[in-house]
Amino acid sequence: MSRSARARRLSRSSPSGGPGSARALADRERLRAVVLVVPLLLFIGITFLAPLGMMLLRSVHDPVVADALPETLAVLGEWDGEGLPPEAAYEALARELTRAREERTLGQVAGRVNRVESGMRSLFTRSARGLQGVTEGPWREVMVELDEAWGQPAVWNAVRATGQRFTARHYLNAVDMQRLPDGSVTRQPEERRIYLALLWRTLWVSGVITLLCLILGYPIAHLIAHSPPRRANLFLLLVLVPFWTSLLVRTTAWIVLLQTQGVLNDIMVAIGLVGDDGRLTMIYNMTGTIVAMTHVLLPFMVLPLYSVMRAIPPRYMDAAASLGATPVQAFRRVYWPQTLPGVGAGSLLVFILAIGYYITPALVGGSSGQLISNMVAYHMQTSLNWGLAGALGGIMLAGVFVLYVLYDRLVGIERLSLS
Amino acid sequence: MSVLTPAAGSRHVALGRYAYLTFCALVFLFLVAPILVIVPLSFNAEPYFTFTEGMLRFDAEAYSLRWYREIVENEEWRRSLVNSLTIGTSATVLATVLGTLAALGLSNSHMPARRLVTGLLISPMVTPVIISAAGMFFFYSSVGLGQTHLGLILAHTALGIPFVVITVTATLAGFDRNLTRAAASLGAGPVRTFRKVQLPLIAPGVLSGGLFAFATSFDEVVVVLFMAGVEQRTIPRQMWAGIREQISPAILAVATFLIGFAVLLLLAVEWLRRRNGSAPPRR
Repeated sequence: MSRSARARRLSRSSPSGGPGSARALADRERLRAVVLVVPLLLFIGITFLAPLGMMLLRSVHDPVVADALPETLAVLGEWDGEGLPPEAAYEALARELTRAREERTLGQVAGRVNRVESGMRSLFTRSARGLQGVTEGPWREVMVELDEAWGQPAVWNAVRATGQRFTARHYLNAVDMQRLPDGSVTRQPEERRIYLALLWRTLWVSGVITLLCLILGYPIAHLIAHSPPRRANLFLLLVLVPFWTSLLVRTTAWIVLLQTQGVLNDIMVAIGLVGDDGRLTMIYNMTGTIVAMTHVLLPFMVLPLYSVMRAIPPRYMDAAASLGATPVQAFRRVYWPQTLPGVGAGSLLVFILAIGYYITPALVGGSSGQLISNMVAYHMQTSLNWGLAGALGGIMLAGVFVLYVLYDRLVGIERLSLS
Repeated sequence: MSVLTPAAGSRHVALGRYAYLTFCALVFLFLVAPILVIVPLSFNAEPYFTFTEGMLRFDAEAYSLRWYREIVENEEWRRSLVNSLTIGTSATVLATVLGTLAALGLSNSHMPARRLVTGLLISPMVTPVIISAAGMFFFYSSVGLGQTHLGLILAHTALGIPFVVITVTATLAGFDRNLTRAAASLGAGPVRTFRKVQLPLIAPGVLSGGLFAFATSFDEVVVVLFMAGVEQRTIPRQMWAGIREQISPAILAVATFLIGFAVLLLLAVEWLRRRNGSAPPRR
């Protein structure tokens, strides 16, 4: 507290500063407020923030290999990375592979190393099997005998790279980069670059959807805002019914409408717009994703626009007209600038929501309409590369956080709920 | 519409106005038609996702309650309804109680670090749900709450809390503090003041916050996809399976039911907003 603030406070409190003083009252009020908020803060901390933190930790922390092969990694720590590692490394690895096999962690370890250098999974499992019953070295010869890959420095470099507990590997992967054995960072080979393109696609598609929502939403928000109350309520209902309807229901509706044997194609065939064999593919591709997501997110654009437009007195436009402005001029110079806060709020909201969308692209996007969220889900559920899923999630989270702060500056987070 | 009053005799303006109204009508059609199409199709007698010729001729034979019967008789759908209701109700009660208390604290002008705390409490709403779901999956399984009802209830409570906090905070912003002061000066303690004076006045806000929380849980599928086992499948999860695996008009019958439910929720929230006078935010 600055000195002047303290002085102001003191002057307000009674000279004695006793229990009835303004200061004591303020302290009690503060305590009461904190006591009311703390339970929820703890609840959110445990049920939501801790899980997020754990996921982010997983994206940089991967102890599986380090825990399974501690001695091997200790020896490799001394190794210069060129030529073959010393006999001690072979001996330690042979022992630790056998142990991992007995403890059934070998699959996990091999899978981790395999992500850095392909072919390592089978090398590990095969070698561990081959080492069964071998009790005596020289271990280098034994292992190279089992598989000559053990005579290549690249394999040992891969083991050493995955042995780090804390790693930026997943984040590098998530932006199509990799770290070479010599420690330098380069782009992935052409055929393994997927994520940057997907990130750009997500941003681009979200931008398109935001723009579509603005184009569709602006006129109807205007109509609702400047209709007589009864009619405005009816129009508002037409926006709110889809808003409250289950996301899955709306997605199903678009499947019903857009699929090749669906309602829209049937209508077009019936009126002769397309032939029966010329039915359009409007779903299970990017078109499906964009149409369905625009439908889902449109209310999030209309409602903030509406609340801003409602506050614009119609006489401003009348004034512009009476001063000789054409309707277009009056709109451009008088109306549009006043709606900019609503345009900003709605667009940011739609954009933030679109970036993180999962359900709709997963159901109607086919293979070409997938967004970054779907890749997170893929790595969570199918490839089980949780570190990479965490890193992709971390990047998304950072992006959303930036937009969120921007939104807070422009609109205020308390008003986030489309007031 | 005073804003667009045509300047005297200008045909361009009249044309522009027609174009504008037509465009608006089309957008409203875009918003509502997909939802309306589902309703008649759910009465389809045939296992198709489109109108049969009989349906277009309004042939009574072409319509049936076949898919509704199928759902009612189906064990899995029944269980998912029970799951949705238990998880949704429990999450709503938890979120409403905790959220209302926190909103009371947040709207106290003495609350320290209010901006930061509000941001943290609202964060489940802005975090992309796939990220929340992924994090929750790891965390809840590691503490033994994976594939349990309790885990899902806690997760859905977290997702619903921002709506309660926002709605109740907004209601409290329009609350006249003199009323609590008057109660206090008449000798009522803080708890009594809250129960007898404040709560009845903010009740509509609390209720609509609760309805938002319930709707959030009732429609949530991503967290359920990650965390639920067969025993915890909810209606949206069952629909997801229906869309992805065997697409049958039975899900249109469920969808029709959900549309009716959404309209009820919407009407309830709008009614509460009217009652509340100072309109709280609309989600």
